[in-house]
Amino acid sequence: MDHQALTAILFLSVVALTLFITIRASRQTSGTADFYAGGRSFSGFQNGLAIGGDYMSAASFLGISGAIALSGYDGFLYSIGFLVAWLVALLLVAEMLRNSGKFTMADQLAYRMRQRPVRTAAAASTVTVSIFYLLAQMVGAGSLVVLLLGIDKENTLAVSAVIAGVGALMIVYVTVGGMKGTTWVQIVKAVLLMVGSAVIVVLVLAKFDFNLSELLGAAASNSGKEGFLEPGLKYGIDATHKLDFLSLGIALVLGTAGLPHILVRFYTVPTSRDARKSVLWAIGLIGVFYLFTLVLGFGAAALLDTGKESAVATSSGNLASPLLAEAVGGGAGSTGGAILLAVISAVAFATILAVVAGLTLTSSTSVAHDIYNSVIRKGKATEKEEIRVTRYAAAGLGIVSILLAIPARNLNIAFLVALAFAVAASANLPAIVYNMFWRRFNTRGATWSIYGGLISCVTLVFFSPVVSGKLNADGSNAALFPAGVDFHWFPLENPGLVSIPLGFFFGWLGTVTSKEPAAEERFTELEVRALTGAGAERAVTH
Amino acid sequence: MTSDISPHDVAARHDPVYDELHAAPEFAELKRRYRSFVFPATIAFLAWYLLYVALSNWGGDFMSKQVVGNINVALVFGLLQFVTTFAIAWLYSRYSTSRLDPLARTLDERFVELAGKASDGRSDH
Repeated sequence: MDHQALTAILFLSVVALTLFITIRASRQTSGTADFYAGGRSFSGFQNGLAIGGDYMSAASFLGISGAIALSGYDGFLYSIGFLVAWLVALLLVAEMLRNSGKFTMADQLAYRMRQRPVRTAAAASTVTVSIFYLLAQMVGAGSLVVLLLGIDKENTLAVSAVIAGVGALMIVYVTVGGMKGTTWVQIVKAVLLMVGSAVIVVLVLAKFDFNLSELLGAAASNSGKEGFLEPGLKYGIDATHKLDFLSLGIALVLGTAGLPHILVRFYTVPTSRDARKSVLWAIGLIGVFYLFTLVLGFGAAALLDTGKESAVATSSGNLASPLLAEAVGGGAGSTGGAILLAVISAVAFATILAVVAGLTLTSSTSVAHDIYNSVIRKGKATEKEEIRVTRYAAAGLGIVSILLAIPARNLNIAFLVALAFAVAASANLPAIVYNMFWRRFNTRGATWSIYGGLISCVTLVFFSPVVSGKLNADGSNAALFPAGVDFHWFPLENPGLVSIPLGFFFGWLGTVTSKEPAAEERFTELEVRALTGAGAERAVTH
Repeated sequence: MTSDISPHDVAARHDPVYDELHAAPEFAELKRRYRSFVFPATIAFLAWYLLYVALSNWGGDFMSKQVVGNINVALVFGLLQFVTTFAIAWLYSRYSTSRLDPLARTLDERFVELAGKASDGRSDH
């Protein structure tokens, strides 16, 4: 049997397993606390796994190892920002959010502010971040599944069908399984990902007698690139690239703790102490995983052809891990190689499904809980009505992202992930941090920081080289708009360096230009509740 | 535009029990202990991370120095970021278990007593 048939069978097994989990979870789901927060009954360890499953996207599994395989050390820089960022979540956000919120990011702001403006702002930013992230994942999923199954890239119908299939699956997970189903899908994915990559890591290291220095030496000499083991190959070209890297680094480290689909995970555990435990597990898991990607990336550089015309280079590095699996399994054509390639491809597929499910659930929860119930129905909707709207919203958002992802499938939209982190860091984090630590903070401050950060991010990216005017080294067009269109004036690809300070500035400005005694008064209550857990939402007992 | 603020908007859930807890010396101590750990720790790890980013950008000569075999300063520095992240997470876990949780629990218990309602999902396990 060839590896593509085997891959297809394993893909279908992943789909069958996740659907089984989803249907089982739906039987234990009754009210909003179940549907949005999994009954708050997951343990710290389970939630730690789910956070890992939610966070380690195909972009990190295939993207980072691919970036290391192609750009050497510079690929590694990403993973460090992605990991260190968890300390912001651990120290400043996770526990206090668990104690003071209910289902969404907005709950924590609405605790002491005027509900409708802050919920509208928070929902706008949640949906924007999630759609950006979702689009990047779905377009990635399309090209990835096509590559892994060996479908012709020019076959529009097949590629569109794959994107629509992924979209349909995520709608089913969310509408049927709610948070319980989504969480279990993420847990299973995290386990598959860790075990799958651990196997490849051991096989790679075994080839070099478990000597890291030898692996690095082989990677450097096989890549044929000067300075492969040092920073600078990708970002060190000139001063603008260096500033861009600084901007990216800041957005990565501050963005994680403002990503809505990560924030809602803290509501799925019974207490703030469990929220802390889950972040500790997540840090361990994600840290080990990024160490794995280091070995995978340098292993691919050492063992595979990464030259200009190679499969690794033409897939922008995305095929580095799957092809490495094939190589260490015995090479192309061998049974071992075919099995490992199929297994790693299935793991990558599970990874995509788990991440898109988390994103869809988070954004549709925000639409139903913040916009429908609080803004439109003024808090009078029943739990049943709210859940029904969530299901419609999930289906709607899913269909919108399928319709956007299909025409975008050949566009270069990898920048959307970095943009999602930048929006999270510029719009969400300032509001969350001010709200928890600044008594004077109020409704205008919250809305100004969210809209200010969001609008400045999107504007700067729109006028950046990634949207128009960016060229590849060989002179071909690398921007979203076609060649010849160039209206960019902002030099950096990552807006964080400017937009994060702007988000904090607008939050401050909005606050000091308005008075809202009620918000200051209720800060006392928020502070006590956030630090002690007094009055926090309880777990559901069935 | 005060006219469109419905009771739902102002969410009148101010509970005097919270004022009482806020005034308790245990709460002041809990807040002091929490902030005295997380503020310096946050500044420290952000500075350490930014130093790493800056050195990767502008410290090429230093970062490319060989340490052992093919392992250079850049790799050691990057791996040290992992070590410090794990270390800070572990220290915070220890600190919060021994210095924060007991106070938080005491205050939460007092809240339950005063407000006459349970607040803390399942008890600790």
